[in-house]
Amino acid sequence: MNVQNLARLETRTLPRHLRRLEAESIEIMREVVAEFKKPVMLYSVGKDSSVMLHLAVKAFYPAKLPFPLMHIDTTWKFREMITFRDETARRIGIDLIVHVNKDGIARGINPIDSGSALHTQVMKTDALKQALEIYGFDAAFGGARRDEEKSRAKERIFSFRAAGHAWDPRNQRPELWNLFNTRIRQRETMRVFAMSNWTELDIWEYIMLENIPVVPLYFAKQRRVVHRNGTLVMMDDERLPLRPNETPELRTIRFRTLGCYPLSGAIESEATTIEDIVAEMRLTKVSERQGRIIDTDEAASMEKKKREGYF
Amino acid sequence: MDTDAAGCLGEAVSKDQLRFITCGSVDDGKSTLIGRLLHDSKMIYEDQLRALARDSAKHGTTGEDIDFALLVDGLEAEREQRITIDVAYRFFTTPRRSFMVGDTPGHEQYTRNMATGASNAQLAIILIDARKGILVQTKRHSFICSLLGIRHVLLAVNKIDLVDYRRDVFDGIVRDYVAFASALGFKSIVPFPISARYGDNIIYRSGNTDWYHGQSLLDCLETIDIQSETTDLPFRFPVQWVNRPNLDFRGYAGTIASGSIAVGDEIIVAASGRSSRVKRIVTYDGDLAAAEAGDAVTIMLENEIDVSRGDVLAGPTQRPTVADQFAAHLIWMDEEPMVQGRSYAFRIGTQSIASGNVTRIKYKIDVNTGEPPLAATTLGLNEFGFCHVATTLPVSFDPYHVNRRTGSFIVIDRYTNRTVGAGMIDFPLRRASNVAWQPLTIGKQERAGLKQQKPCIIWFTGLSGAGKSTIANIVDQKLFAMSHHTMLLDGDNLRHGLNGDLGFTDADRIENIRRAGEVAKLMLDSGLMVICSFISPYMTERDLVRKLVGKREFVEVFVDTPIDECVRRDPKGLYSRAKSGKIENFTGIGAPFEAPRAPEVHLKTLGQPPEQLADQVLDALAAREIISLT
Repeated sequence: MNVQNLARLETRTLPRHLRRLEAESIEIMREVVAEFKKPVMLYSVGKDSSVMLHLAVKAFYPAKLPFPLMHIDTTWKFREMITFRDETARRIGIDLIVHVNKDGIARGINPIDSGSALHTQVMKTDALKQALEIYGFDAAFGGARRDEEKSRAKERIFSFRAAGHAWDPRNQRPELWNLFNTRIRQRETMRVFAMSNWTELDIWEYIMLENIPVVPLYFAKQRRVVHRNGTLVMMDDERLPLRPNETPELRTIRFRTLGCYPLSGAIESEATTIEDIVAEMRLTKVSERQGRIIDTDEAASMEKKKREGYF
Repeated sequence: MDTDAAGCLGEAVSKDQLRFITCGSVDDGKSTLIGRLLHDSKMIYEDQLRALARDSAKHGTTGEDIDFALLVDGLEAEREQRITIDVAYRFFTTPRRSFMVGDTPGHEQYTRNMATGASNAQLAIILIDARKGILVQTKRHSFICSLLGIRHVLLAVNKIDLVDYRRDVFDGIVRDYVAFASALGFKSIVPFPISARYGDNIIYRSGNTDWYHGQSLLDCLETIDIQSETTDLPFRFPVQWVNRPNLDFRGYAGTIASGSIAVGDEIIVAASGRSSRVKRIVTYDGDLAAAEAGDAVTIMLENEIDVSRGDVLAGPTQRPTVADQFAAHLIWMDEEPMVQGRSYAFRIGTQSIASGNVTRIKYKIDVNTGEPPLAATTLGLNEFGFCHVATTLPVSFDPYHVNRRTGSFIVIDRYTNRTVGAGMIDFPLRRASNVAWQPLTIGKQERAGLKQQKPCIIWFTGLSGAGKSTIANIVDQKLFAMSHHTMLLDGDNLRHGLNGDLGFTDADRIENIRRAGEVAKLMLDSGLMVICSFISPYMTERDLVRKLVGKREFVEVFVDTPIDECVRRDPKGLYSRAKSGKIENFTGIGAPFEAPRAPEVHLKTLGQPPEQLADQVLDALAAREIISLT
C-alpha cells in the first residue's frame, strides 16, 4: 500500500455528488474501451474537454490512455487555445490528432465572410465527419452536457449515428440503467457523451477541487475587444476586420465558453481565480451559451446542426 | 437560492445528488412544474427567460404569462405539437442537494420512455390534475414506477388553484391514491397540494392553502432520506475491463454495483466459483483500503485466476445466482413485436450474451390496472409481460427487487441492433441445475404394485365455492372404501404450511401450483392416488403439472359452476369480502380464471348433488382403467 497516496486521498474532499458524477463518467469511458475497436476522444480544448481528459486519465490508470485525442481545428481558434492544447498533449504524453478541413480552406470558408452557419457546417461538422472516416474511428467521446442546451437534454449518452453520421432524435436507442447498447454495424458509429449529467457549475467545482489546468482565457484579464452585435469580440489576431464605428478597446474580460474567436462573446469580469469563477457563476444571470453566436443563427439551430452530424 | 459560493463549497462535502422523474398525463403540467422548479431555484438565466417570453408569445398557451413548459419541451417538432415526446433531463442545485430530473411523457405509446426515465430514478413525482383526480395514466405511471423499483413517490396534486384551493378535493385524491397504490410496494407516498403555474407549495408553503401544514415540494426533495440501499447489499463487482499495461500489473476495472470490499477480503468469481483475495484497490488518487457501491475502482487479486469482462466478483458466502434460465418482467420497446423462441442478444451488467430467447410468455400485464390478463405469445410495443428467458451461456445475477444493478437487462435485436426490450429478473428457473439425479432402484410401479393400485393424480380445478373440496372429499372417501391408498391435497390446507409464505399475486399463485404439483408428483411416485383440490386459475400451470407426470396418470376434473352461483353460495364469505375490496386478486372478481379446454372430466354442477358428481369422477377413472368398479 502506498502510504503517500493514502494521505493524498484523505485530503481529497470531493462532495458526494461530484464523486458520483466522476464514477459515472469513468464507467462510461471504460465501457467504450471494452466494447469498441477504435475509439477517439474529441478534444475541443475548452473546460469540458479538460475535465473529460482528466476523467479519462483516471479511468485507465495506471495504463496510458487507450485512445488518441483529436482536435477539429477550424484555424480560427484563439491562439492561447492552441498553445494550451499542445502543452496538454505533451504533459499527458498522449497522441494528438489535429484535423483541418483542407477543402474548406481551399474554398476560402471563414467565419467573417462566409457567416457563422456555413463556417460551422464546413469547418466543424464536415471536418469532423471527414476525420472520423479517414481514421476509421467507430466511437467518439464528446464533452457535451445535457444542461447546455434543450436538444442536448434529450440526447442519449451513447448516441447512435447511422453511416452518414446524422442524429435522428426520433430513432434513439432507449437507454436504461447503466446498460448501454454498444452494438453497431460496419460504417455506423457511436458518439459518447460521458459527461452528459454534469452541469457547468459541477465542471468548475471539479476543476477547482481537482486542480485541473484550463486555458487562461477563462480568467479575467485586460484584452483588446470590440463591441459587436451586443457581445464583446476579442481581437485575437489581425484577421478580424473592423466595421465602421468600431474602435478596439482594452477591457477586463474573460470567456465562459471558447470556440472560434470571432464567434465567441466575452463577458466583463474580475474573476481571476477559479474560486472567483465559481462565485461569479453562482451570481450570474445569463447562460453560458449566451455568448455563442452559432446557437442563435436560426430557431432550433442546435437541433438542426446535430441532425447534420454536429457534435 | 444560495449566492455564497464559499459557504456552499464549505458545506458541500455531504452534498449528494437525487435523481427523480416526473410523470403525469398529458396536461397535468409536468413540464410546467419542472420549468417552475428551475425558475424559482434561479436556474433559468435572463437570456433564456427572454427567449422564453418570445416563445410564449409564439407557441404558448398561457396568454400573457410565461409558459414554463416551453423551456423544457426541447425538440422543435414537439414544440409545435406541444407535447413532450422523449425523456429530457434537467438539472438544478440547492445548497443541500443537486438534482437531476427526468421529464417523462404521459402518452400511452411512450411507455418505454417512462420506463427509461424510471430505471435510473430514486424517486418519482406523480402529477395529478386536481380537477380530474386519478386517471388510467396515473395508475400506469405508478405501476411502471413500482415495477422499475422506485420506492418513493411524491404525489403532486396540481392545479389546486383551479379547484379554489379546496382541502376536501385534495384529501379525496390522496385517499384514492393511497388505496390504489397500497399493493405497489412504495416505501413512502408524500402528497402536496400545488399549483405549478403560480408556484403554490413548490418552493415555499403557500398562503392559499393554510390548511396544509406539510413541507413544500422542494423542501421535501432536499431532505427526503433516500438511503443508499446498495451499500448494505452483498458485494457485487461486474468486471468491465481488464487493465494490463505491463506484465507486472493485472487489474480488474469496474464500478462496485453493491456492497463494499476491503483489501484482504476473499472474493469468488460467480460463474466459475474460483476464489482469491483482494490485493490492492487501485485508483488514480491512490490505493484505497476499502471501497463501496458506486466507486469506480481497479481491483488487483492475490493470485492469477481466470477473470475477464463480464465476470462478477462477489463475496464467498452470499453469491449471485448463476443460471441459464430465469423468470423476468419484460417491457417491449420496439415496433416489431417480441416473438417467443426468437433469438435476441442480451446485456446483463457487463455480460454480453450473444444469443438467448424468451422461451415462454407466462402472461401479459395490463399496465393500466396491473392485473394479469390471459396468456400471450407475443409482446407488442409498450407491453409488459412476465416471461421465461433462456440464454446460451449461464449469467450471474440477483433478483431485481433485491438489486437493481445486477438484476436488470436489456434485449437487443441481433440484426438491427436496436434496443428492443428491457427486463427485470425475478428468479432463476432450474434452481437445481448443478444437482444430478440420484437414481432410485425401487420405482413408482413397484411401490404402487405393493398397494395393488394404479397411481394417479386427480386434479380438481374451478372457482372458489364451485364445490371442488366437497366433491374431492367424497371421491377420497369412496376410493378409500375400495381399499385404495389415497391422499388429498387441498389448496387451503397447503397454504397453512408448505405454501404459507405465498400470497395471491399471480407470481405467488404460480409458485403455489408449482409446489403443489411437485408434492403431488412425489406422492404419485410413492404409488398413491393423489386427489388435488386447487383453484389453479391458469392453464399454463395446470399443464405444467400435467407435463410433470405421465399422460395417463393425470386426470383433470373441471368443477364448472357459474360465477353467479359461486357468489350466491359463498361458503367462506370470500366473495363478499372481495367485492367490497377487502381481498385483492380474488379469482373471478379481481383475477381471471382460465377454464380448461379439454378436461378429462367436466362436471357441470348446477342442480347436481355432490354425491352424483363424485360418481361421475369414479366412472371416468374406471373408463381409464385406473380403478375397477366391479
